[in-house]
Amino acid sequence: MTTLLEIDGLEVSFPVAQGILRAVRGISLTVDRGETLGVVGESGCGKSLTALAIMGLLPPRANVVTRRFTFDGEDLANAGEARMSELRGDRMAMIFQEPMTALNPTLTIGLQLTEVLQRHRNASAKEARARALDLLSRVGISEPAARLAQYPHQLSGGLRQRVMIAMALMCAPKLIVADEPTTALDVTIQAQILNLLRELKAETGTSLVFISHDLGVVSRIADRIVVMYAGEVVETGTRANVLGIPRHPYTRALLECLPRPHSGDRGGHLGAIPGLVPSLIGPVAGCAFRTRCTFATPECAVANLNLVGTKAHATLCRRADELWGTLPRG
Amino acid sequence: MVDCEPPSPDEVLLDVRGVSHQFELGQGLLSRKRTLRAVDDVSLTVSRGEILGVVGESGCGKSTLARILLGIIAPSRGSVLLQGRSLSSLPRRELARLVQPVFQDPYSSLNPRKTIGEILELPLRVHGIGTSAERSRAVAEVMAQVGLADRLRGALPNQLSGGQRQRVAIGRALVVRPQIVICDEPTSALDVSVQAQILNLLLDLRKTFGLTLVFISHNLAVVEHLSTRVAVMYLGRIVEQADVDTLFETPRHPYTQTLLASVLTPDPYAGLPQATASDVMPSPMAPPTGCTFHPRCPYTETACNTERPVLRQVDRTLVACHLAK
Repeated sequence: MTTLLEIDGLEVSFPVAQGILRAVRGISLTVDRGETLGVVGESGCGKSLTALAIMGLLPPRANVVTRRFTFDGEDLANAGEARMSELRGDRMAMIFQEPMTALNPTLTIGLQLTEVLQRHRNASAKEARARALDLLSRVGISEPAARLAQYPHQLSGGLRQRVMIAMALMCAPKLIVADEPTTALDVTIQAQILNLLRELKAETGTSLVFISHDLGVVSRIADRIVVMYAGEVVETGTRANVLGIPRHPYTRALLECLPRPHSGDRGGHLGAIPGLVPSLIGPVAGCAFRTRCTFATPECAVANLNLVGTKAHATLCRRADELWGTLPRG
Repeated sequence: MVDCEPPSPDEVLLDVRGVSHQFELGQGLLSRKRTLRAVDDVSLTVSRGEILGVVGESGCGKSTLARILLGIIAPSRGSVLLQGRSLSSLPRRELARLVQPVFQDPYSSLNPRKTIGEILELPLRVHGIGTSAERSRAVAEVMAQVGLADRLRGALPNQLSGGQRQRVAIGRALVVRPQIVICDEPTSALDVSVQAQILNLLLDLRKTFGLTLVFISHNLAVVEHLSTRVAVMYLGRIVEQADVDTLFETPRHPYTQTLLASVLTPDPYAGLPQATASDVMPSPMAPPTGCTFHPRCPYTETACNTERPVLRQVDRTLVACHLAK
């Protein structure tokens, strides 16, 4: 597999009244062609800002720095808004959490779908309409011709999300960034949307960055997983490695917080994480998780941390080898 | 307290009998009046010391049911009895002492201008409970019980985290020592690490004080973890009800089975469940005939389209399905 997206040393900060809020603090990630990368973390960990940074959709007041940002062989580190705007909706597309706010309520579904193709590919109205009809039926929408004439409010939440997915697919993008695409949906609908995303991805070979707070969802759809905490990647690797043999105390704690159905442990104590996420205003010394970590030592406060390991499994925790053994090389 | 008898295990605290509630919608100049039957002929009981989980997807009527149980809205039909007395006959103040809510959003349910101490003391003042010194002691006590540090007494809600605010909301509900607490999605706005803290707290409170809870949620894993008994709602009706072990080990209604299959726990090897039910959610405004789940159900027979199934006992479960046996 070859690399489609590579980001190295991404930092996103915002000026706030008390100083500089360093929301994303030097994260690196790669997405291979045809791969699904799951990005998980709790609110405020920087996962959505990372998504917006990939799409070039951060607000102007955000200060963005990267060492390296390449997409499909093109260096985008210094790309301006004009170039990003050409790419968005064409070679990269985004699916948001709340399709009701992401769709324009005053335009018909048909107009919003066909506009993408007409704008990026100079397609004729007829061609665009044919593609829209085809995609609507592929995302499982019945009577696609009738839907084209409808407005977003006339559709249910599940249908709206299917329209968003169809819209993202209009120009057959190389990369889809989906930010909590099923969080606003009911669980029975969620399973169907996830199945749909997986099928479409297999069909088209598109890469997917799937951002979610829900480890359960990510565990079912991602090939590789990135776990974020306080603006950093704390652990990354294959789905089986990160969830099966986690090597960062935060990943472990997060898994223990979840009620495990059918575990024979109903009503037992869950492993809650004590304390709070540190303030990201001003510099954070050492490990950001150490104040909530049961394994922290005084050295964790001063250590200069780097992700250690391979693409298959890497962790930011300096004690991982000591606590959970060394990993095989290679 | 010397006059307190140990509660009998089956003492029914809350008895909901055939409750329905409908909303009239769209009485615009041009649009026809439409009726939304949010809760449709719901009967259930809650015994002392029990945690009844009510689970269902959006639009199933679970929040309307919460408001009926709290006495905030009067049902269009049926009655709710609390220790044998009808909610509608109870004076508001007395009702508020017996039944207390915890809502989803701890950001909008606390007065932003009051300190935590004032918020927790207010219910005691409203009910004229104790002297100022006694109330102060009661606030300190409840803060300790819900795990809030005493130094937060003078803090304002915006200085607290989401989890701390939800602890305040739970403390405010408990400070008047209610008979029953109705929680409507109390952890849905919280991160999972904080959700775990709140679930642990609720379980501790039940163990220590025999707290009785109605816990309403869309999250099956959470309901399974916390509840002793579970009711599943679909389009305003209870379709299945059983103790937690029975319901999760032998779900009998196809809707419950679909819901359970849709729960995604972290498992790198399980993959995605194959969808069995159709995802076309019928409009609650025009519910399907017969069994309201029949358009989505994988097992439909002819009777399902015409006859509405009623809750009946099958083994240890109450289930509203023609085909359950």
